Amino acid sequence: MNRKCDHCDREATVHEVTVRNGVKIERHLCEECAHASGISIQPQKPIDELIKHFVVAQGLTPVVPPAAQPARANACPTCKTTFAEFKQHGLLGCADCYRAFEGQLLPLLERAHEGGQTHVGKLPKRAMSEVGEEAVREAAARVAEEREQRVRMIRAELDQAVKDERYEMAAKLRDQLRKIELRESQAMQTDAANEGGAA
Amino acid sequence: MSEQPSDVPSQQPEGEKPQPAQPALEMGAAWLRGDGESHDVVMSSRVRLARNLAGRPFATKATRRDRVETMQVCRDCVMNAALAEKMIWVDIHGSPALERQLLVERHLISKNHGKGRGANPNEDPRGVAISVPDERLAIMVNEEDHLRLQAIRSGLALGDAWNDIDAIDDKIEAKLTYAFSSKFGYLTACPTNVGTGLRMSVMLHLPGLRLTGEIEKVKRAATDMALAVRGFYGEGSEPVGDLFQISNQATLGKSEAQVLHELERQIVPRVVEYERLSRRELLAKRRVGLDDQIWRAWGLLVCARLLTTEEAMGALSLVRLGVSMGLLRSAGPGAEGPTMRVINQLMLLVQPAHLQRAVGRELDQEQRRAARATLVRTKLTRPRIA
Repeated sequence: MNRKCDHCDREATVHEVTVRNGVKIERHLCEECAHASGISIQPQKPIDELIKHFVVAQGLTPVVPPAAQPARANACPTCKTTFAEFKQHGLLGCADCYRAFEGQLLPLLERAHEGGQTHVGKLPKRAMSEVGEEAVREAAARVAEEREQRVRMIRAELDQAVKDERYEMAAKLRDQLRKIELRESQAMQTDAANEGGAA
Repeated sequence: MSEQPSDVPSQQPEGEKPQPAQPALEMGAAWLRGDGESHDVVMSSRVRLARNLAGRPFATKATRRDRVETMQVCRDCVMNAALAEKMIWVDIHGSPALERQLLVERHLISKNHGKGRGANPNEDPRGVAISVPDERLAIMVNEEDHLRLQAIRSGLALGDAWNDIDAIDDKIEAKLTYAFSSKFGYLTACPTNVGTGLRMSVMLHLPGLRLTGEIEKVKRAATDMALAVRGFYGEGSEPVGDLFQISNQATLGKSEAQVLHELERQIVPRVVEYERLSRRELLAKRRVGLDDQIWRAWGLLVCARLLTTEEAMGALSLVRLGVSMGLLRSAGPGAEGPTMRVINQLMLLVQPAHLQRAVGRELDQEQRRAARATLVRTKLTRPRIA
């Protein structure tokens, strides 16, 4: 059965239970009343809602009322998406929006990605050929550093598994290490072959 | 009801021409096989990548003409890149509602892709390429991003699914230039996917944790680790049949290998162990009660004349638990009781669109309940042919 909000007639969707001095206090609120009383929204919320609330909560909205500010001042030069539009549905209009709104997006990205601010991972060959050598080197360095970290982590886990006599897990971790090493040596061979071809 | 092998896709028209979706009901969907690592708890593993083409507007700013062009470019690429032995292409906007729902139920397209955007979704150009008959690979075109690549496997096999999709991604990137920045990685319409564009998820069957009342703890722990917990049909769906999806949230600042390692080697094995522990505890401390619940569920499935989806899924969940614990060996016509594979398939076949496809016509709710009961009863009680 659906429960009504403690403050109004709408359906309660946010439920909070706190225990104070051994006394259980329950609060059942609709989204609006919950928001008004400062309870953070649930993680199960659709992601666009999360962004909308987040953007509003972080005070990322322009301080100047929209009417006083020309809409185009804060628009992506390529697709003309404004930050206000983005806030509404949580979707950007084109790849260039990332550059156009970089300053406003950064805090949002950090929060959505557990503090992550820059890409670590796969690099597309074709697209990378267009971003310049310096950027390629930097991105590749990040990948290498991350891989080393991961190898260290797996080694530590492997040691622990052997200590605990969890041999099945140890075998799996060892295979994983081998795979990483194999991939590295293959990549080096490919690079060497490519450089040889170019020379 | 077409349950014979005549339903296999070899009878489908070939290749690139737009056609209604015709995935086989029982064949195909290799992820339902009920095998692979930890298959008693992990039903399937899925990996998806979000990709966009450089120089083309994303969905919210694309005109219909842009969308038509994007679809053509992507379709030509994925259908000609030899991604699998055989691929079929389905124009979603040209498919009847029932076929779209069938694809959603089979996890080959998202709900939103089925629905479409704009005032007239039937005119919104979008599609999906599917590898047949295994359905291991699905590539959505013109969803929220230009391309959504998905690989799915039975059991805990995120590493294999990642290898599948990584290779597919390379083949596509050899032909198309992706929107990419060295700082933010693969650029996506929603900033929550930017970076690797990677979502790894496992579908977990957790009846033991529900019966012991521990499921909320797992959900909270997963949320604390910044993982998303969702129902059988993804975002916003209610958990049915004790099936839960767990997936990574962060895509920026964490490599694919890191996400894979955390999920496949650290997080999922712990949840699996926790579920198995609950099952052992139920067996040790509540054996009679557990037996009773499982056999009642079996009784419902083989005797009922009307079944709702929820009822069927609830009972199938308990029967799946019984099968994986070896408690239902004397049930049904076979010497070994029902197989995991049959139960997994039934969890899909009882869904509304599948049911109507099996019967071969549209049914109202009452008719569906009757057809569902007949289908389940027949599948569980008729002797198996090899």
